[in-house]
Amino acid sequence: MLINNMEDIMTIEKKFSVCGMCTVRCPIQVDMKEGDIKFIQGNPHSPLKGALCARGAAGPGLINDPDRIRTPLIREGERGQGKWRQSSWDEALDYVADKLKTVIKEYGSRSILWSDRGGPFRDLHQAFMKGIGSPNYCNHDATCARNVQHAAMSLFGFGRKGVLYDLKNARHVVLQTRNIFEAINVKEVIDLLDSLGNGGKMTVIDVRANVSAAKANRFLLIKPGADYALNLAVIHELIDKKLYDADFVQKWFKDFQELENFVRDYTPDWAEGKTEIKAQEIRNFAADLAAASPSVIWHPGWMNARYTDSFYVSRTIYIINSLLGSIGAKGGLPFMAKPGDCGRKGLKALAGLFPKPEDKRADGAGWKHKHIDPGPGLLHLAFKAIESSDPYPVKAYISYRHDPLMAFPDPEAQKKMLEKLDLMVSVTFSWSATAWHSDVVLPLSPYLERESIIATKNGLKPHFFIRQRAIEPRYENRSDWEILCSLAKRLGLEAMAFDSIEDIWKFQLQDTGVSIEDFDATGLVPLTDKQINFDEDKFQFKTESGKIEILAPKWENSGIPSLKPYEDKPDPGPGLFRITFGRCGVHTQGHTINNPILYEQMSENVLWINTDKASEMGIAEGDMVRVSSNNGYSGKLKAHVTSFIHPQAVFMVHGFGSEVPAETRAFKKGVADFRLMKGGMDIWDRAGGGVALQEHFVKVEKIQA
Amino acid sequence: MSRYRIKLDKDRCIVCHSCEVLCKVKNETPEGISLNQIMAEPQVSEEGYPRLKIKYQPCLHCKKPECVPACPTGALYIREKDGLVLVKDELCDGCMECLEACPWSVPRFNEQTGKMIKCDFCVDRIDSGLEPACVTACTTHALRFVEAKQKSTAKKAA
Repeated sequence: MLINNMEDIMTIEKKFSVCGMCTVRCPIQVDMKEGDIKFIQGNPHSPLKGALCARGAAGPGLINDPDRIRTPLIREGERGQGKWRQSSWDEALDYVADKLKTVIKEYGSRSILWSDRGGPFRDLHQAFMKGIGSPNYCNHDATCARNVQHAAMSLFGFGRKGVLYDLKNARHVVLQTRNIFEAINVKEVIDLLDSLGNGGKMTVIDVRANVSAAKANRFLLIKPGADYALNLAVIHELIDKKLYDADFVQKWFKDFQELENFVRDYTPDWAEGKTEIKAQEIRNFAADLAAASPSVIWHPGWMNARYTDSFYVSRTIYIINSLLGSIGAKGGLPFMAKPGDCGRKGLKALAGLFPKPEDKRADGAGWKHKHIDPGPGLLHLAFKAIESSDPYPVKAYISYRHDPLMAFPDPEAQKKMLEKLDLMVSVTFSWSATAWHSDVVLPLSPYLERESIIATKNGLKPHFFIRQRAIEPRYENRSDWEILCSLAKRLGLEAMAFDSIEDIWKFQLQDTGVSIEDFDATGLVPLTDKQINFDEDKFQFKTESGKIEILAPKWENSGIPSLKPYEDKPDPGPGLFRITFGRCGVHTQGHTINNPILYEQMSENVLWINTDKASEMGIAEGDMVRVSSNNGYSGKLKAHVTSFIHPQAVFMVHGFGSEVPAETRAFKKGVADFRLMKGGMDIWDRAGGGVALQEHFVKVEKIQA
Repeated sequence: MSRYRIKLDKDRCIVCHSCEVLCKVKNETPEGISLNQIMAEPQVSEEGYPRLKIKYQPCLHCKKPECVPACPTGALYIREKDGLVLVKDELCDGCMECLEACPWSVPRFNEQTGKMIKCDFCVDRIDSGLEPACVTACTTHALRFVEAKQKSTAKKAA
């Protein structure tokens, strides 16, 4: 059995590509032998130095999965009934193109809606929508980072990606609504652990002790929904004790006096009553932050679509970072460098092939809701527009690698909204609730079988990166560019009717001085040798005053206060709990549960419940419990009894409880948090646009054995 | 002990289970079997903070492995050049005596082949000058492949 290893090593071919198991898109190296994938690791030439998380490592599970969608499918029965007809690509694309043409003819181009999950390859999708002439490009972000995005815009005039997190050099990192060691971005994880290894401090604020909390120097178990109160008290303490960076505030703040006046009564003692965190602990915490400033990162959140005031949670976080002078600072939130900052030209945008559609967005972003970023809009409001035909009919919907029937709350309510559609298309590499409910399923190649357009990674050292197919598609699957360019051809959008990915890559690279061959060596093309740092005289806030604006005109003009007084949240009634949810290291929401390798790692979720509450109800660790909502949905799962969750909350990992029979492993395994959120499409943060997913209560009962 | 060890920096480990998945994919281990295990037990620190007690369980490749003498067919052996404890597939009849003998139950029975399968530190990778799969791509660089009497071969944890 001894292997002739020289021969073995010679026959291993390395392909550099990009992971597709979550939205982070880590650079990977795929080891191939005779056309088969043997191993995947992080790209050793990247800052990951080979590292890759469990989900990325499980990529090959997508390839040989018997549940894979192998051909285009056209619905035969009712929506969601699961009766499909296999079709050729030509038939499916003709079908979709013809339906789109009919819809456009009858209702106009604007009646077509798109949603995806954002990310570095969205330029192609945006080009397609602009080519069609519809303003209704949406992403998933209303259930993710919209509140964070708008919080940044309201203060700095630029979005959350205008600054980055210099975790490696941070001296104190605060995680509040960011479970960094379970919602894994590999580089962020490595950098933060490096900081902690060098004596950096970490504080975790959460309703439960997640893995991140287990690594923290300070863990603040907060009453669910009271985050904004805590943050106001920290601002009070920083200002009251003059712990803030006075020079920075003097130079960069507008309306500081208004902030000082606003937080005057929000003392740590007041906050103790709201948050159940001791006033002295809040004072100590604020002092520790000041001691580590400006190398402090209070993370403003990644997924922060939780409460109706989550926008203000993220906004106060950005204000605290600003008070500590950490905006722009090493070890804080330095300004993000882009290709232009390296003296280089960026990729030529495919979206630039077409003019901007003139119609207003169906979701009201940018006009009805003037403070809402019209870029990706708000999908839950676009769904409302489908239902109401207000401001105009929306009749066709394409979801790309996006599963709103699982990501957004209350799928039954959503299905009612979608009834008005004449066409619902899902472009997907795996089954999902949304695909199952569609009229046409266009099977995307899993990422190991597809290439993507070239993408840019901004940061301290901007670079371009490329996804190449490691193997040829096993079945009738196609890349997004193949699908969209074929549709473009059928719809007469000649400008984006590319015949090969090389033609697209050449188009993108034409002004950059970079050639396709430059990616061969490592899959990455750096745009600078040395880190781009912005000195304070080069700071650029994109507000009207050029400063950090505490009072945000766009919000104020929409009748939304920049500084909102704190409002108490209702306590759960007797026998009820606030439903909270989150991630774990081995799954990315719903789309990995059915992956054979990751399913083996975790096939069901459990319900975290507080020890005292559990004991009152006679629930012991591992007991089966029923969790139910007032909409008739209930599910059974095992209890995880712990003192490290607030008594008002229960918690479960999101993504379980699939109702799609084609997901043979995940089908009906675990409980679906999003089905427990009746009327959830109507509960959202008006200031930030995020759906408020943690404003729901559930009943928990022990199931008698 | 073999010439090699796999060490876990528990401060860096976030129990993400990447090591188990990397092992599974690289070794094409059948469903239901894992050649390595990462385990975490919740604890409470003196200050009352939540903590995790973490343990990594690959094969230890013992100096005097109990599995080797327990094997009736001579399938289990210690490789002379580096002390790795390996299975000769052609001699193994899947009797599971090695599993019984191992204090950590490291060897597993592979139902598909009817033979035992165990963590071999990815011997084929070692012989190609690489490190075991679990170490190579550990999410946090918490796992290190260490050669006895030498400093860590891993340079990436820095």
